[in-house]
Amino acid sequence: MRWGLEDVGVSRGRKVALAGVTVPVDPSRITVVVGGDGAGKSTCLQVLAGLLEPDAGTAHRPAKERIGYVPATAGLYADLTVQENLDFTADAYRLSGGERDRKAGQILEQTGLGGARGRLGGQLSGGMQRKLAVGLALLHSPELLILDEPTTGVDPVSRADLWRLVSRAAVDGAAITVTTTYVNEAARAACVVLLEAGKVAASGSPEDILHSVPGVLGTVRGAERPTPLSWRRGASWRVWAPAGRLPDGVQPVPPDFEDAVVAAALASELGR
Amino acid sequence: MWAMVVKEFRELRRDRRTMAMMIVLPVVLLVVFGYAANFKVRDIPVTVVGPGAREAASALREPTFHVTEVDTAAGEPAARARLRDGQAVAAVVTGGARPLVLLDGTQLFSAETAESALAKMAPAAGSPAAEVRILYNPMLTTSWVMVPGLAGLILVFIGTLITSLGVVRERQSGTLEQLAVMPFRAWDIIAGKIAPYLVVAAADLVLIIVIGMGVFHVPFAGNVAVFALGAALFLLVTLGMGVLISTVSQNQGQAIQLAFMIILPQVLLSGLIFPVASMAAGVQWISYVLPLTYFIEISRGVMLKAMPVSALWEPLGLLALLAVVVLGLAIIRFRRDLAPGSRHAQAQPGAEELAAV
Repeated sequence: MRWGLEDVGVSRGRKVALAGVTVPVDPSRITVVVGGDGAGKSTCLQVLAGLLEPDAGTAHRPAKERIGYVPATAGLYADLTVQENLDFTADAYRLSGGERDRKAGQILEQTGLGGARGRLGGQLSGGMQRKLAVGLALLHSPELLILDEPTTGVDPVSRADLWRLVSRAAVDGAAITVTTTYVNEAARAACVVLLEAGKVAASGSPEDILHSVPGVLGTVRGAERPTPLSWRRGASWRVWAPAGRLPDGVQPVPPDFEDAVVAAALASELGR
Repeated sequence: MWAMVVKEFRELRRDRRTMAMMIVLPVVLLVVFGYAANFKVRDIPVTVVGPGAREAASALREPTFHVTEVDTAAGEPAARARLRDGQAVAAVVTGGARPLVLLDGTQLFSAETAESALAKMAPAAGSPAAEVRILYNPMLTTSWVMVPGLAGLILVFIGTLITSLGVVRERQSGTLEQLAVMPFRAWDIIAGKIAPYLVVAAADLVLIIVIGMGVFHVPFAGNVAVFALGAALFLLVTLGMGVLISTVSQNQGQAIQLAFMIILPQVLLSGLIFPVASMAAGVQWISYVLPLTYFIEISRGVMLKAMPVSALWEPLGLLALLAVVVLGLAIIRFRRDLAPGSRHAQAQPGAEELAAV
């Protein structure tokens, strides 16, 4: 592991926010931290970015100058134009004249914001704001890119654009960690960490997580929830049987990644 | 409607700061300002000089006058110096054809009280009536005394309220979190945040003084550099208070509440409206920790009395001390907000070298 969290614990008063969480973040790879609201995703990133001191464990990160960070609020200056936001970030990271123009031009082209240079940050759509925020975090070619739910509340087209930006940064060598509540986005990652109530419910490549589901999975149609360990998938129910025995009438199906993540979260819940 | 009332009470109960402002603050303000709101001056420090100083001092029968110094060797220049340096509000100069009473016109209420007390005193049989001369503000014009103080009040407003709002806005919009991850030191952020307000406030100060001189004919008798030094120190304190407020406020509403709690006592207890000397002893102590008290002393002293820096070292020094304490606290708290420390973190500066290779 080049960067990331190692066995990190964070408490807020009596509440345990993170317990023994390890998140590996390596160059040219995307690590996705996935989990529901309140699972501890943002806390993980705050520890990794150096905004929060862990009570236990270690955060491995490069020097501040080599980190790019986008908080859940996007962290844009609403009263500055797109160009002024770029200028401020370039000044903050002391990018020289030629380098800053080249990188700013590249970011504007990749984000599709070239025509919005003069628009105020606050006047951009949600998707454009997110793209600009990620672009600003990439301006100084960081070694570690930390993105807190960059796609939440963003339309599908903008989400695809954002993932294109992030993937390109990984190709260029950045170590990237992204939090998301969208399970399908986690499938793109080299490494997935599934958080459930501040603990790691599953961790590894999407294939590892897919193959780590204990028991069997089935599908059944109907209006009523068949068992407590079942969830909706389209018009039918997925039924998970950790002991390996499905109820009568439930047809076995091979789990996909989304099923595997839900089953892992349920398994973690059962273990508590 | 009932649902709204219940909801509002529930929200209010959880907003402890607003509750404190609504219940505790009025009580505190009533008690404090009840003791502070007093235009009557009961104790006017008087210096008596000249060959007949002892007789003149004993003739000052009015209890309002409090003779602090009797100097038979000194003359009118010494008496004027005492008034200019704020050591006395009234000075009696003997040795001439008739006694001369000098009054400090910048101490509006004290001078008015002294004037009427002197009018009540009948001269001793056979001795001539005293000549009364009011210095620095001969017509006892209220605006001459108010404008230098109002300049300070406006600086408090910009420095404390506007600065705190500016910093809290960063916190609310999430950009403060972003700044904390950028390669800035806490001091870079504070200095960068307050520099524009410092410039605007300085421009505002010049504007107020120019308008005061042009419209209200307030004189500027003293040294501009001394005034600028006092204003700069005072601005640092107010800007520091603004940053300090922002470190304990989560939103702009809280910042406004806190700024209000800091600005209001300065309006009423700094000597801007009520003379500090007329306040109850306990309340006077509060006024001694308020930066506006010292700025008013400096601005009135320089503008109206041409006080030199040597006579103002005390308020200047105290403002400098307040600036160090307030800005120091603001930096410590702000740094804690930005960087929680790295006891368990391994930031690796060597990474740059590796990346460069």
